[in-house]
Amino acid sequence: MKVTIKDVEHVAILARLGLSDDEKKKFTEQLSRILEYAEVINKLDTKKVEPTSHAIPMKNIFREDKVVPCENAKEITANAPKEDNNMFSVPRIME
Amino acid sequence: MELFELTAHELHAKLDKRETSAEEIVKSVLGRISKTENKVSAFMTINIDEAIIKAKEIDDYIASGKKLTPLTGIPVAIKDNMCTRGILTTASSKILRNYIPPYNATVVEKILQAGAIPIGKTNLDEFAMGSSTENSAYKVTKNPWNLGTVPGGSSGGSAACIAADEAILAFGSDTGGSIRQPASFCGVVGLKPTYGRVSRYGLIAFASSLDQIGPLTKDVTDAAIFLNAMAGHDPKDSTSVDLSVPDYRKSLIDDVKNLKIGVIKELLGEGISSSVKKSILEAAELLKKLGAKVEEVSMPTLKYGVAAYYLLATAEASSNLERYDGVKYGHRSASSDDILAMYYNTRREGFGPEVKRRIMLGTYALSAGYYDAYYLKAQKVRTLIKNDFDKAFSKFDALLSPTAPSPAFKIGEKTDDPLSMYLSDIATIPVNLAGIPAISIPCGFVNDLPVGLQIIGKAFSEEMLFRVAYTYEQNTEWHKRKPKL
Repeated sequence: MKVTIKDVEHVAILARLGLSDDEKKKFTEQLSRILEYAEVINKLDTKKVEPTSHAIPMKNIFREDKVVPCENAKEITANAPKEDNNMFSVPRIME
Repeated sequence: MELFELTAHELHAKLDKRETSAEEIVKSVLGRISKTENKVSAFMTINIDEAIIKAKEIDDYIASGKKLTPLTGIPVAIKDNMCTRGILTTASSKILRNYIPPYNATVVEKILQAGAIPIGKTNLDEFAMGSSTENSAYKVTKNPWNLGTVPGGSSGGSAACIAADEAILAFGSDTGGSIRQPASFCGVVGLKPTYGRVSRYGLIAFASSLDQIGPLTKDVTDAAIFLNAMAGHDPKDSTSVDLSVPDYRKSLIDDVKNLKIGVIKELLGEGISSSVKKSILEAAELLKKLGAKVEEVSMPTLKYGVAAYYLLATAEASSNLERYDGVKYGHRSASSDDILAMYYNTRREGFGPEVKRRIMLGTYALSAGYYDAYYLKAQKVRTLIKNDFDKAFSKFDALLSPTAPSPAFKIGEKTDDPLSMYLSDIATIPVNLAGIPAISIPCGFVNDLPVGLQIIGKAFSEEMLFRVAYTYEQNTEWHKRKPKL
């Protein structure tokens, strides 16, 4: 699979990842090489094969939707880059 | 022998007989760290004062006549992608340079309850993405056997600190080989348990369907003791399995008579160094001499493991790493005038090259138009690899292969060639894809660098792995060698 610089720019937008021009160039070349290698899996016939997402059987596990007090809110918001009165502060997202 | 040179079970025996104290043990290990850490660089954070305070508490507890657990007073190193309340946890990434977790990972909570003493946090490839620990944003950890070579990765700090006697036990995590490959490179024991055997709560996620926490230790007995302490169901991790945990010490039996052991043909062929191959075949021969029935087994789908893995693991990583957005913790770019600029700039400044590469690859594999060709196809290949293991385990009790295709490589040797770095996990990756357990134990030396033997078992057969590994260890001397530092 030949990856173009346009592909790299598109994927970087999807991933919300800022890239320098050098990085874009490097990733275009490296992703092409890695995907070219990954294409060996196309040699395998998987028409009748089910996909595996988890190797060990899993089922959804639900818990009661119950409000519990948070004892260490301060400890949690202390990690925020910008904190305001025990809340996370972010740039304005609506006018 | 100095205290720092001993295993957890040897130190436990001394503590039990009151021949030493937790404080003496901790001070011995800290003394060792002060002599060798400037050469090895295994640690991100060393808990000097906290460890000594904790050791004194443990000694009071012992003096009060309370019963010791096998971990009471034992210094434990914790990989820096596991949350430790109040202690800096970076995942060796700049994006978490100032993150102080408000909670403990379940495995950390468990060893604290057992009376173990956290001695420090160990270096890793950023977010556990790598095979050499060179992707750490902070420092390059050196292999204690040869300071010009890598310790392997991503749990390179944990493996190196065990090899250098800078800790007694160490936690690692393994997504594609990140416990076993560094164990192999550093000449220590490393076990990746069955997926779901150990809670992942508080482990900073890389690829959630593959990640598993496990022990890095000086011998097989310590691995069994340490797994006892960390295994079990956890309501906080719904992928941890609700199965009773056996006492793994009971599986330390020096006997492999009539066990059926398969040597995987495809993992002794192309790409495997001839000296490594020789060590593995000698190990197989020894097990045969000890009474095991050893045969070659062909597993043709394993060679597709690396390709499938780098699509699946990166896809999961791209999703897991969305949380680093500059809002709740970690780095936020100074250029955050609007919300999109905050996302783009925070992630550009905070992530290193390998993490960016994997986010790009994973996002690509999941994106419209490519999902079926890459992600879904890789999930189907995962099924085929799992089927190949199921078939092998219908005939064999355990399988053998090298842990890594070569001994430790030189620092800088593979950093410009991501694909060649990825291929160093060729023997370990299929095990994660199948969700099964595997252990790496020392089985020889090439040019004074250790070689690791990988023993693979079916799901929840850790007891079988311990039995085979223990038998091999009891009949060899490799694990007794120590690097000169």
